[in-house]
Amino acid sequence: MAHTLNNKKSEILELWMKNQLADSGLRDDLISNKDLRVQSEELVNALITNLNDNNINNSESPDFDKVTELLGGISISRARQGFSPRETGNFILTLKEALLEILRQEPSDVNVLFEESLKLSRLLDNFTILTFETFIKGREEVILRQTDEITDISTPVIKVWDGILAMPIIGTLDSARTQVVMENLLQKIVETGSSIAILDISGVPAVDSLVAQHLLKAVSATRLMGADCIISGIRPEIAQTIVHLGIDLSQIITKASLAGALQYAFKSLRLEVKRSALEVKGITNLQ
Amino acid sequence: MERIPILKLGAFLLVTIQIDLYDRLALDLEEDLVAMVEKTSVKGVLIDISAVGIVDSFMGKILGNIGSMCKLLDAETVVVGMQPAVAITLVELGLPLKGVYTALNVDKGMELLRSKIEIEDIVEADDDDDTSLN
Repeated sequence: MAHTLNNKKSEILELWMKNQLADSGLRDDLISNKDLRVQSEELVNALITNLNDNNINNSESPDFDKVTELLGGISISRARQGFSPRETGNFILTLKEALLEILRQEPSDVNVLFEESLKLSRLLDNFTILTFETFIKGREEVILRQTDEITDISTPVIKVWDGILAMPIIGTLDSARTQVVMENLLQKIVETGSSIAILDISGVPAVDSLVAQHLLKAVSATRLMGADCIISGIRPEIAQTIVHLGIDLSQIITKASLAGALQYAFKSLRLEVKRSALEVKGITNLQ
Repeated sequence: MERIPILKLGAFLLVTIQIDLYDRLALDLEEDLVAMVEKTSVKGVLIDISAVGIVDSFMGKILGNIGSMCKLLDAETVVVGMQPAVAITLVELGLPLKGVYTALNVDKGMELLRSKIEIEDIVEADDDDDTSLN
């Protein structure tokens, strides 16, 4: 059988390409037909050349190393490009159809044909599973990378004024993120010698008792360092949840908006924000 | 035997902890410091822990104790220069150092102590600048 397939390599490729192009799920927006053809040709070559009657039952045979390597590369790159699992799966399943079709065209005994198609099916099914595994692994890598990026991006510490730091928190606070938030903030307090830190939670979607506990910890830690911590950006619904849950935030200075917190900070640093004299004059003139 | 030096700096006492405190040393410090406060009748104590990288619950407790004892002797205690890692550890251990004031560095600690003592002298009610832990 391996011999037959080897002779019909180009026919297999043509048939496979035809199947793929006819598939309604063809993503010509993500991959050009030319690239698809190159990928397919490489895979057919690797598979047919290495296929023989001995290793057809064993998809893990070292003969197929090249095939698994190719498949792995293809499915990882597809995962990153944004192909759906179905589209990636169809890629290899259409190859199976093409191979079986070619096998059917060969004149042979029904029983032999059945046996051979069964073997071929099994082999290709194993390859499909492999493709899926790599595809999912690729997707997970994407997710992990994004998680890391989000953690990095979403915890900036901003110096709003000499001695005043602000940290807008965006997204849900869990233990791991609180740790990052806290470390960043404390480190920055040491670096800049700031005596007031404002934690703005307007970007936190929900506050439960655990999040509140994390916030309390952050506040206690900044106090231990010798700085004051103000929590701002508490939305009405968050205020409602906090009170309904019976969380006691009375030890902490809380403000509704960042502006309120800033005002408090200015006051405690004995700073004043004034409208300039010229502008005041303008206003009196109007009156 | 090793001792942590206690320096008298104007109206305050300054203790700089340069090494990691082990239990015996911490207890000695507590004893020496209290004796020194009594002898010099200072109004403020500054404890600089900026060189301390590791704390345990015992050390946290000793710091709290020193604060309470000095308070009894009519002196305020300010712990200055705590490292972020130390602050996080103390919070995780559930030791927010009640009764002790904190400041970012010795300068700010001095300022804080001065404002505290002034207030006591002129018996004024409240000041916005304090970072009391109570």
